[in-house]
Amino acid sequence: MSRVVLMQGNQACAEAALAAGVRFFAGYPITPSTEVAEIFAARLPRLGGKFIQMEDEIAGMGAVCGASLAGVKALTATSGPGFSLKQELIGYAAMAEIPVVVVNVQRLGPSTGKPTAPAQGDVMQARWGTHGDRAAIALSPTSVRETYDVTVHAINFSEKFRLPVIILLDEIIGHMREKIALPDPSTLRIIERKKPAVPSGEYLAYKPDDDGVAPLAAFGDGYHYHVTGLVHDETGFPAGSASITADLITRLHTKVYNAKSEITLFDEYFMEDAETAVVAYGGTFRSAMAAVKEARAKGNKVGLIKLITIWPFADEVVARAAAKVGTMIVPELNYGQLVGEVHRAANGRAHIVSLPKVDGGVFTPQEILSVLDKEVG
Amino acid sequence: MEQSVEKLLRTKHLAHIWCPGCGNGTVLAATVRAIEHLGLDQDKTVIVSGIGCSSRASGYMNFDTLHTAHGRALTFATGIKLARPELTVIVLTGDGDATAIGGNHFIHAARRNIDLTTIVFNNGIYGMTGGQYSPLTPTGSYASTAPYGHIERPFDIAKLAIAAGATYVARGSAYHTKMLADVIIKGIEHTGFSVIDAVTQCPTSFGRKNKMGAPAAMLEWQRDNAVTVEAAAKLTPEQLAGKFIIGELHRSEAPEYVAEYDKVIARAQKGAKK
Repeated sequence: MSRVVLMQGNQACAEAALAAGVRFFAGYPITPSTEVAEIFAARLPRLGGKFIQMEDEIAGMGAVCGASLAGVKALTATSGPGFSLKQELIGYAAMAEIPVVVVNVQRLGPSTGKPTAPAQGDVMQARWGTHGDRAAIALSPTSVRETYDVTVHAINFSEKFRLPVIILLDEIIGHMREKIALPDPSTLRIIERKKPAVPSGEYLAYKPDDDGVAPLAAFGDGYHYHVTGLVHDETGFPAGSASITADLITRLHTKVYNAKSEITLFDEYFMEDAETAVVAYGGTFRSAMAAVKEARAKGNKVGLIKLITIWPFADEVVARAAAKVGTMIVPELNYGQLVGEVHRAANGRAHIVSLPKVDGGVFTPQEILSVLDKEVG
Repeated sequence: MEQSVEKLLRTKHLAHIWCPGCGNGTVLAATVRAIEHLGLDQDKTVIVSGIGCSSRASGYMNFDTLHTAHGRALTFATGIKLARPELTVIVLTGDGDATAIGGNHFIHAARRNIDLTTIVFNNGIYGMTGGQYSPLTPTGSYASTAPYGHIERPFDIAKLAIAAGATYVARGSAYHTKMLADVIIKGIEHTGFSVIDAVTQCPTSFGRKNKMGAPAAMLEWQRDNAVTVEAAAKLTPEQLAGKFIIGELHRSEAPEYVAEYDKVIARAQKGAKK
């Protein structure tokens, strides 16, 4: 049964994770994500799950990787400085193909920055923060209700594709309270990781099925398999040939890119006849929506693209829009990060305008509207 | 017995990668003999290691094995143990892995007294990277990053573990291999955080630079400089200078983390506040 509640984004994230079967949380206190940990601390033991506050951010990431390998869905939450620290083991989870979810409630950086100020400055870090090459999945919701759905998607994607999935909340969405109808958990579509269907002697933890993803046994189930961050072959043991190396690193990309249409979550508003488009994500989408509605009220043909999936980037969505609008405006609470991807995807088919904001505040609709007015001219 | 030990090793992944004369194989053998002696369920035993020469040991052991990132083995092990308490979790690490980059995790695992057994392959050097000084490198010795002699004071892993709250702490050496297996057995049997400081030799990266002689001579150094707990009790600090004490160094009882968390679950499910 669905129920109507007043809650903040951080809470919706925790509620959704519990509904989707997360039973392990390890993390470290950091503003503005702390509510996520506090909710898990209270709720998990009631469900027989486990919460642990670790000694540092890296430890939180290591513990969720361990719990996931033991067969329990696991999540950690942090913010900018902690997200930087977690990059080491986000890379480990990518290489060892461990399903985990990392919530990053973004705040203004670099460094300690403004801990309670909203920002969208970790968009590129979510993609490239760990060393080396792999495809990333990062999702960024625009409302409290959407945070719930996005969290379920993130957990499902992590289980299905065996990788760390990043939820990019921002301080706006994380701390904003909205009245929402929580879905009945029994109506959720929950994906569980594939389990091996072969006896232990035949199990290969890194031999992919056709979808590029291998089944994952839980530690303690008798499969005696090996997990390493070293380059490894399909047995999971270190192996260094050029072809094994290339095959592995390639598969860490293709298993995601081959499913891109399923992973790419987005919405379009007023795009049918749009001559100018705003591309927005996270909390900024809300200001953009208000601005676009005002522009429409003035009779300007302005549309709006909402990107929920940040990585892999929605090239096709942006390219399609770029082919029909003259100008695309990209407001972001950073100095201009995702606009580079918009440029790349538009590939010269539209005039791209970056609208950065780095003062620690949120966009007013007027700030976006004034740029729209100028561009619509 | 030979055969049952063999079953616990991934023989097709042997020979190991360690240098001739390295003591890591001896520590691995003691670990496997301890597991065999205890009759641990192979399906319910997990081996977790960090990064470095020592931590490659996990790959040779026929269990669920996890070769993690540098210094982080205890964090993964904590997640495994807490998520699935019925598993016996053994952590293999080196002195640099455990007490430099992983030092924070080491002291906090000890403080929590979580039921893990940590075996520190202590050769006093970073071997994998070619002989840089570690937190266990003795003052005055030479390393590739201490070409004029090492000026830092080393940790005493056992004292560090005891001060941080570990409830079973022992030391063995590659020379005293039977005693090493014995203290590993006791460490695994102990409920709580157990630390075994396993003194081992690195002839390639430490021995050569410090003119310790051949591997056999390094083992003789262990023989000649180890003092049992019982013998040490009769010696003055001056007499113990430069020696290391082997045997069971500490044993205490304290609430174990996973068991305590089970009480949290019971309280939460009863609806009791805090």
